[in-house]
Amino acid sequence: MPNARANFGGTRQNSVIQLDAGEVLSEESQIEEDICNPPVTGMVYGTLLNYKGVLEQMRDELHEPPYKAPPKAPILYIKPENTYLGHKGIIPLPNDADEVVIGASIGIVIGKKAARIKKEEAFDYVEGYTVVNDVGLPHKSVFRPAVKEKARNGFCPIGPWVIERTAVPDINDVETRVYINGQLEQHNSTRNLVRSVQELLQDVTEFMTLNEGDVLMVGVPENPPAAENNDNIRIEVENIGVLENRIQKKV
Amino acid sequence: MKTARVAYQGHVHYAKITDKGLELENGKSVQEDEVVWLPPVEPHTCFALGLNYKDHASELSFEAPEEPLIFLKGSNTFTGHRGFTKRPADVTNMHYECELAVIIGKKAENVSKEDAWDYVAGYTIANDYAFRDYLENYYRPNLRVKNRDDSTPLGPWFVSRDDIDNPMNLTLRTYINGEIVQEGSTKDMIFDIPTLIEYLSDFMTLQPNDVILTGTPKGTVDTKVGDEVVTEIEGLGRLKNTVIA
Repeated sequence: MPNARANFGGTRQNSVIQLDAGEVLSEESQIEEDICNPPVTGMVYGTLLNYKGVLEQMRDELHEPPYKAPPKAPILYIKPENTYLGHKGIIPLPNDADEVVIGASIGIVIGKKAARIKKEEAFDYVEGYTVVNDVGLPHKSVFRPAVKEKARNGFCPIGPWVIERTAVPDINDVETRVYINGQLEQHNSTRNLVRSVQELLQDVTEFMTLNEGDVLMVGVPENPPAAENNDNIRIEVENIGVLENRIQKKV
Repeated sequence: MKTARVAYQGHVHYAKITDKGLELENGKSVQEDEVVWLPPVEPHTCFALGLNYKDHASELSFEAPEEPLIFLKGSNTFTGHRGFTKRPADVTNMHYECELAVIIGKKAENVSKEDAWDYVAGYTIANDYAFRDYLENYYRPNLRVKNRDDSTPLGPWFVSRDDIDNPMNLTLRTYINGEIVQEGSTKDMIFDIPTLIEYLSDFMTLQPNDVILTGTPKGTVDTKVGDEVVTEIEGLGRLKNTVIA
């Protein structure tokens, strides 16, 4: 039975809970409290263009300006603190937007300081996994950093918990599903990653240290669905958990 | 007031800068070389500006942007005064960038330019090193270029807002091994500090200890292993860093 570390609404400390088989993705989670705080405290990094389908869709553009060449090293971005949101928290729909894009990702939660690690030992540095919703405003160009699109308040729901690494038999073979108002809108698998989890950790820590508590998103699959005011977003990740949030216009 | 954050005898201290050196909270005076200098604030969200000086934009063959070019930095990249920054063996162009760093003092949402200075706690100096060999055209400049470990020296100390009469008219200079290699003025920023605070706080909430690195003027040249790089801003001080292998 897997253990998960959660931070329930209204508390400061983490709690470790034990999940029964089938509970990880159950409709009625065993979490009694309505709201969880984000279960992480470090930096949250996103990875761009790490699903084969995304690169495939951009195939013709990759050699054209402004890109000129396909990417070589991992392309990362930062989700700053103001974006962090817990399970069941409300994602504020900005006044200048009618819709947001839902970026379903697995978050690798770092368990100890990782600098210049080899892929063969990469899992030694992983505490576990969580579900991340990398919310953004629609933008086509990925030439310049998308801070205005991706760093809005509440644009990074994380949770509900960090499930221990050993609860996931193969992190590179995990199904992700996005439901909007109960309707399946996206279905993909980490089998389609460009860099596997261990390759990503190796290639990222070659140029920057990941610290304990940091989260590295593995990437967002192609065709991320759009969502509107009052939509309910449910991201299901096999063996890891269900992250649920609602979108609501700011008053 | 100038306040440094230093490690001394196993503890982290905030130290006042006086004529005699550094004065710790307990009144003890210590010298500059007796302490380990830490970044004067621990940045929460750190924004950095690309191409925010017209002469630097043209130096890099870019048009001046119509909207601020913003990227973010992670906690791994900061280091203090008298720190060391690694030059990877395969790099052919690692250049310093002397920048005025603005420290946010209170929660800021939808702040107008006119009110923006109320949200500034103070300033420090940043050296926002770039490793240009690693530039790729995706979310450019990306973290491999701008977020390497210990590659953003901050310091030497925090200077309170009211100590600086006009932050939009300060001379910035960089010296390599004592020789001046970069000189500019904050008056040549394309997007000045009030404009940046208005721009950022319009789409997200800024918090105390968020930091804005406001960009660098023309005059960025390569550094070599062993170089002592001093980034200096009028009225703030001199931030020293050494390039190592």
